[in-house]
Amino acid sequence: AFLSSFILDSLCWEVVGAVKLWNEWCRTSNTTNVLPTDSFCLFYRLISDPTVLLCQCSCYVAEDQQFQWLEKVFGCIKKEGLQVTILSTCPVADYKTQESTLTLSSPFLRALKTKEFKEQVCCPLLEQPNIVRDLPAAVLSYCQVWQIPAVLYQCYTDVIKLDTVTIEAFKPLLSSKTLKNLVKDVSESTKILKKLLTTNETHNNIYI
Amino acid sequence: MFVPCERGGGGGCDFTGFALLMPAVSVGNVGQLAIDLVISTLRMTKVGYFYTDCLVPMVGNNPYATSNENSMELSINAEVYSLPSKKLVVLQIRSPFIKNKYRPFCQTLLSWVESCKCARVILLSSSHAYQRDDEQLLGTPLRYLLTPALEKAVEGRMQELNWKEMEKVAAYPGINDTEKVLHIPGGGITKLLFTESCSKGIQMAVLLKFCSEGDNIPDAFALVNYLNEWLQLIKSRVNTSSQWKIPSSWRLLFGNGLPPALF
Repeated sequence: AFLSSFILDSLCWEVVGAVKLWNEWCRTSNTTNVLPTDSFCLFYRLISDPTVLLCQCSCYVAEDQQFQWLEKVFGCIKKEGLQVTILSTCPVADYKTQESTLTLSSPFLRALKTKEFKEQVCCPLLEQPNIVRDLPAAVLSYCQVWQIPAVLYQCYTDVIKLDTVTIEAFKPLLSSKTLKNLVKDVSESTKILKKLLTTNETHNNIYI
Repeated sequence: MFVPCERGGGGGCDFTGFALLMPAVSVGNVGQLAIDLVISTLRMTKVGYFYTDCLVPMVGNNPYATSNENSMELSINAEVYSLPSKKLVVLQIRSPFIKNKYRPFCQTLLSWVESCKCARVILLSSSHAYQRDDEQLLGTPLRYLLTPALEKAVEGRMQELNWKEMEKVAAYPGINDTEKVLHIPGGGITKLLFTESCSKGIQMAVLLKFCSEGDNIPDAFALVNYLNEWLQLIKSRVNTSSQWKIPSSWRLLFGNGLPPALF
């Protein structure tokens, strides 16, 4: 949602690809005839600068498919000069700390970076004994092993549904070197954010 | 596959004559905890990654961090550490196996062992304590297994140490007690790796402890001291438990602090 509001824009980005998953977690009903835009995992490319790619993955990638996802996706990308940024969220209950998680002021960001990533990170690094799993972990592992500079920003939140507070927790990233030039106009972002949230809200209402 | 940390000639895969120490992902994660103690105490250096599609992906910062400077290195689910002075190379596995991937992993691992010319493999594992028979309930909960190739090489060392070999159980209990098979419940890839090593003529030892899920730190200490009786990785003194260094990642094994509002 953060990327949709602050970065993506149909004028500047075009869809260049999709990843289709054979996966019961995927909500696509007709798997034989899936249009690229029906996919829950889309790749966009910045029209003005084709070296910038954005991936929106809104479905769960099961553990036995994560490796194949990586091989397929990174197989199509040139590794020289590649830099990867991953954004992800996670329940704050999973965060291990000396104090109780009730006293923490969530949402908050934590980062993990590969050895080759030399830039400044926008938030503290993820302390031990915390770990990251699933697709973000798979991507970061791949980048660490193959010496690609990469950074993962994990947002710990106590809200399950989409909400503005969690999305705005990612705001420090807008001033980072990678995303600075990609940010849209602020007023547009607020409009899109509102639209995204209202669409989700109607489904949450149990009253007519 | 093994991917060295340093590219170029320096970081090759040549562990000729080294002993490979590794855990089985088994009950209580005892093998993995014991390996953590070995790596942390001997301050082993990371030399590479074991990049595989057989394990669930995970990442985190350096689990053996001793200061702020070295706490920022990223670690993944399977990494290789070495200590050339003791001719020891260690593989640490940090996540479970993906379904149907036991056999491919064993094959990849054993072909890597053969290609980098490791002298022997030592597997640290565990088995469900509740599956013991009456005789096994008495005496030591530690057991060993040796492939024929290693039995020839060590020539009765285990008898000198007074170690107990893992007993075989009846293949058809109650029906036919003569046919005996190896059975390691809760041992993960232990049995598969052992039988594959036997058939390939690889020198492998399995050191395991009977235990249950729970606080497995004492089990890890027991297993690592058992290993030390043979390999002498650290000097054995009366109270060896205090000489193993607990890594910083073992903090908060049983969850966060309690909310004060609870009381």
